[in-house]
Amino acid sequence: MVTLHDLKRISDYEWEIPKSFRDDMHVPVRLFATRRMLEDVMKDKSLDQAVNAATLPGLVGHVIVMPDMHQGYGFPIGAVAATRLPDGVISPGGIGYDINCGVRLLGSQISLDAARSHLDALATALNQHCPSGVGGKGAVHTSDTELEAVCRQGARWALKQGFATEADLRRTEESGCVDGADPGKVSKRARERGRPQLGSLGAGNHFIEIDLVEQVFDTTAASVMGLEQGNLAVQVHCGSRGFGHQICTDYVEEFQGAVRRFCIHLADRELVCAPLDSPEGQSYLAAMRCAANYAFANRQILAHNARKAFEQVLAGKVKDWHLHQVYDICHNMGKIEMHVIDGERIKVCVHRKGATRAFGPGAPELPDEYKPIGQPVLVPGSMGTASWVLVGTQASMELSFGSTCHGAGRLMSRHEAKRNVRGDKLRQDLEADGIHIRAGSMAGLAEEAPQAYKDVDQVVEAVVGGGIAHKVARLHPLAVVKG
Amino acid sequence: MLPAFGFREREHTADWELEVWAPDFPGLLEQSARGMYALSGLRLQTGSRQSRSISLHGEDKESLLVRFLTELLWLEQEFGLGFDSFSLTIDSQLNLDAELYGTAIEKLDKEIKAVTYHNLEVQTTQQGLRVTIVFDV
Repeated sequence: MVTLHDLKRISDYEWEIPKSFRDDMHVPVRLFATRRMLEDVMKDKSLDQAVNAATLPGLVGHVIVMPDMHQGYGFPIGAVAATRLPDGVISPGGIGYDINCGVRLLGSQISLDAARSHLDALATALNQHCPSGVGGKGAVHTSDTELEAVCRQGARWALKQGFATEADLRRTEESGCVDGADPGKVSKRARERGRPQLGSLGAGNHFIEIDLVEQVFDTTAASVMGLEQGNLAVQVHCGSRGFGHQICTDYVEEFQGAVRRFCIHLADRELVCAPLDSPEGQSYLAAMRCAANYAFANRQILAHNARKAFEQVLAGKVKDWHLHQVYDICHNMGKIEMHVIDGERIKVCVHRKGATRAFGPGAPELPDEYKPIGQPVLVPGSMGTASWVLVGTQASMELSFGSTCHGAGRLMSRHEAKRNVRGDKLRQDLEADGIHIRAGSMAGLAEEAPQAYKDVDQVVEAVVGGGIAHKVARLHPLAVVKG
Repeated sequence: MLPAFGFREREHTADWELEVWAPDFPGLLEQSARGMYALSGLRLQTGSRQSRSISLHGEDKESLLVRFLTELLWLEQEFGLGFDSFSLTIDSQLNLDAELYGTAIEKLDKEIKAVTYHNLEVQTTQQGLRVTIVFDV
């Protein structure tokens, strides 16, 4: 059990659990947090889970944990771990069941003053155009052939169907399509779950939110992104739905046998893994990329439908109701990337589970307009609290495999949230604060109450203080649609 | 004093953790299923009864437990079916033959993404067996 005494201070924002903490650790654990946040960090088992993750074969550098960390399964949520190619491992549990869960931000030239009287209608229209809820079917029902095209092409498939623009794709991580996807590595069950759900939000912590650009901290970066103080923006948070869940379930099962075959000793069975150069590791990578591409297409269709909702409500009432893409990021992914480790540039598989890629200025992966400012990073808060737009930094490349935080991070268990918060009362309180709510389930709403989450401003203070992100703008919620 | 079998939710920051206990392994599987349904707020219709037969194998008790619950999630999410009566037979090689009886689902409050292996260990106690299961939600 990790205690405060086991943490070595690196700086005001960076702490380390040394490799000597436990005999089976292959690398140390680095934690980004303020001193004030550490007490909360110790309340659950997230750091013990990070230590378990540090025992995986083939790790390089450190296992990194972000200030929005919380207890998960296998890896903690908010973790980054890199394994060297070719013989390091890939772990489905280090990526998560909701493969390529992520966030998309759309900006606008719509001022709050012009839109204020239409916010309730916008919330209703978004709720109608963007299917959500438990087991919800999507806006697009695909055949098996179409699903294979989605797996291979991601958001590019959506472009061909008229759901996207070239500008949307350019401003999406990986341009909305990860190479190397192979639908042949995806089970029949995953296909059956994936076919009817494309273009759906789902439930849980997924949402569509209308925000106000409340404050701009970097006018140059905000201007490049098309974000202007006083205007509306829209966030879409969701992933690969049942398709991704089933792919992860299938490979966690398959890898139970793989770890025995490869004689890999695990601190926790949810950390099952296989060498990247093994047939098992390659199969998972190819299937995971199918789910990643499905999620890119899913968020693209939802963005398309959000645009339709805005047009339906605002056409003829405001001058320009268009929603332009700011960026789309993944926060549950495994990526093959080049990073400098101990002075040597090597190829690694970066596992980000509840962590966002945050490449700094000049990264060749970024669209031309973002190369001077760095990659946009989207950090949604909880309902009723702020969200942040950040950019990656050069230091994030050196300290955290080009990664930063992904959200506020849970503080309170779902059980405790349900005990302490009544969904209908929460909805009333949020509405009284001027936040329009559309929610499928009051119990689900209670679990996602703002008090169940950490203070997102503190999370951002820690990553900015630690140098692994830079502030661009703070967003304030105006309307939230939840499944 | 706890009853001989049952389940209860335990604190987990992000996901759902369910503690389950029963006198024997078939009972543990059944209580785990009932607990999983309770966590997701599953309510069955009162309409015509349906049954399903499933056969599964586990290399150990933990893998059979995960596979059984995963199969129930599949039947729930793909066919809209839930079950309230279970006839479970498990041989010494951990082969499970299950007859499941239930109806179509009327209401489901929460979606479970997956049954995890996180710290999963079926423990023997003086009263029987006990396990703690973490569900990704």
